Amino acid sequence: MAIENGFRLALQEAGGKFAGRDIEFIKVDDESDPPKAVDNINKLVTRDKVDMVLGTVHSGVAAGMVRVTRESGTLHIIPNAGFAPGAGALCAPNIFRTSFSNWQSGYAMGEVMAKRPKVNKVVTLAWRYAAGEESVKGFKDAFLKAQGKSIVKELWIPFPNIEFQALLTEIASIKPDAVYSFFAGAGAAKYIKDYAATGLMKTTPLMGSGFLTDGLLEALGGVGEGIETALHYGDGIETPKNKAFRLAYAKAFKLQPDGYAVAGYDSGNLFRAGLEAVKGDISKKKEMIKAMEAAKLDSPRGPLRLNRAHNPIHDHYLRRVTGNENKVVGVAVKGLDDDPMATAACKMPG
Amino acid sequence: MDFHFFLIQLMNGVQYGLLLFLLSAGLTLVFGIMGIINIAHGSFYMIGAYLAWSLTGKLGSFWLALPAGIVLTVALGMLLEWLVIKRLYHRDLLYQVLATYGLILVCEELRSVLWGDDVRGFNIPEALNQSIQLSETLSYPVYRLWISGVCLAVAVLLYWVIQHTRLGMKIRAGASNREMVQSLGIDIQIVYRIVFAAGVTLAALAGMIAAPVSSVFPGMGNHVLIICFVVVVIGGLGSVKGALVASVMIGLVDTFGKVLEFSVGGVRLLPELSSMTVYVLMAVILLWRPEGLFGKKL
Repeated sequence: MAIENGFRLALQEAGGKFAGRDIEFIKVDDESDPPKAVDNINKLVTRDKVDMVLGTVHSGVAAGMVRVTRESGTLHIIPNAGFAPGAGALCAPNIFRTSFSNWQSGYAMGEVMAKRPKVNKVVTLAWRYAAGEESVKGFKDAFLKAQGKSIVKELWIPFPNIEFQALLTEIASIKPDAVYSFFAGAGAAKYIKDYAATGLMKTTPLMGSGFLTDGLLEALGGVGEGIETALHYGDGIETPKNKAFRLAYAKAFKLQPDGYAVAGYDSGNLFRAGLEAVKGDISKKKEMIKAMEAAKLDSPRGPLRLNRAHNPIHDHYLRRVTGNENKVVGVAVKGLDDDPMATAACKMPG
Repeated sequence: MDFHFFLIQLMNGVQYGLLLFLLSAGLTLVFGIMGIINIAHGSFYMIGAYLAWSLTGKLGSFWLALPAGIVLTVALGMLLEWLVIKRLYHRDLLYQVLATYGLILVCEELRSVLWGDDVRGFNIPEALNQSIQLSETLSYPVYRLWISGVCLAVAVLLYWVIQHTRLGMKIRAGASNREMVQSLGIDIQIVYRIVFAAGVTLAALAGMIAAPVSSVFPGMGNHVLIICFVVVVIGGLGSVKGALVASVMIGLVDTFGKVLEFSVGGVRLLPELSSMTVYVLMAVILLWRPEGLFGKKL
């Protein structure tokens, strides 16, 4: 929803047309159901013969889509799903990502924690699935680079299990300096509530990837106050571009934009950059891809360009939960690229 | 793990188990007495949670929302029995599964229309929003203890109603021989309606008291449905006592499966395979007693 709104806002700013061409939307509900992904994308690619696919949020579904678009060569912009292979082992010239990789926000948080003298022993706790593992890897890659830092214990919980009490008790017995976690959505809300209820919040700071708190602050009702997370977007980025974006978005949709909306907006502008380079002639796909690869987007999140595997290189912010906002308190890492291992796995043909 | 933390983990396990009991008691009751497989059971858990959230907002207090929610879910249970379940008594299992699966879809859609698709939450009521300091870094929330207390009270109440009241006698009689009970002039239809409403209410009550700690979100019912069936199968179909024992066993196995380390020949099995422990337990028990712990002999 927010992704589509963001995309439409980019279109609206371009005067309703990209490079003089009208854009027609065909919407499919992916139901966040990976088994249905291949069928759905096949319909779009072969029946509707779309020029560009924008999608999706869920990594499992996006992976299914990528399998098809790699074969068909249809332009594909991933506006959320942060799975490593998306801009790694499964990369292709026609596949772009405007959001992030799961590794990136973990790395950014690790970088911040590595600089804190009081944080030496850390416990990680995450869902044992791809996104959780990638995020924890990112954290470790950055955190363990610094002298005298150690991960005392890596705790995992099966996805999507939300019975955290046993592991929180374990954390309390280890007494680390801080805890790094990757959870998202309703599971994250329960996790934070449980974490606070055990009294750990007072003794052991909780930090994580931005997904730990994004979109959940109202449901948390103040329980998450003070949690620090890293992400490519947050509340209160004081740039003229972001202010203008927020104003325009709020005016167009009567809603406040979030990270999804930003990725949708950037997807629109990336597509626009490609189309304008070929003056709307979509058949010149090679030139179009080249222009998209070279595009430097003025995103509300800050400057954005793409790496060799088409993953965004962008600033990551350190955010602190303050009231109902994920308040940006500083830049965690400037111009952060993706995991070198993921990029190395990308064998881009041609 | 030292002894101190072992005790705390024990408490965690029992506490989780008791909540599971509250969740699954209704499922086993409805199956054992009415012979209905109700796969929409999880949806009633979700409805309970959403009711608690929305009523707490409207009435201003969780303590008012709780009784109001119970009254509403009893009514909902009776309505559904009259509207849907009544037609399934003489039908094949497949019809029951199909009809109650349909109920899941209806419940999700209603939830979407009434309350939207966002994650919601509200805080633990003030009186219970405290914790007991157990160690330097760990305290135990009073609310969790209160949940355990409610679950135990429900267990005792169920036992008393089924074993020591006139209604319980009719229920037990109806379970063992439906036709005989009818020919004695007892309206079994009413008994069934009450039992089904009780099943719905138990699930919804579990949702209501879990809502402040677990937050409220779409599809939360499907989340718990499978574990409910595991409880019912381990405990023995239709046995409330079995459900209680099985729930606590599952709670303990799940808890210790996550924190104990256990390897065979250098390969770490726990906690790596903690997602499987509960199902391994189920497999072992079914090999030993195919009818479940307290089920009737097959």
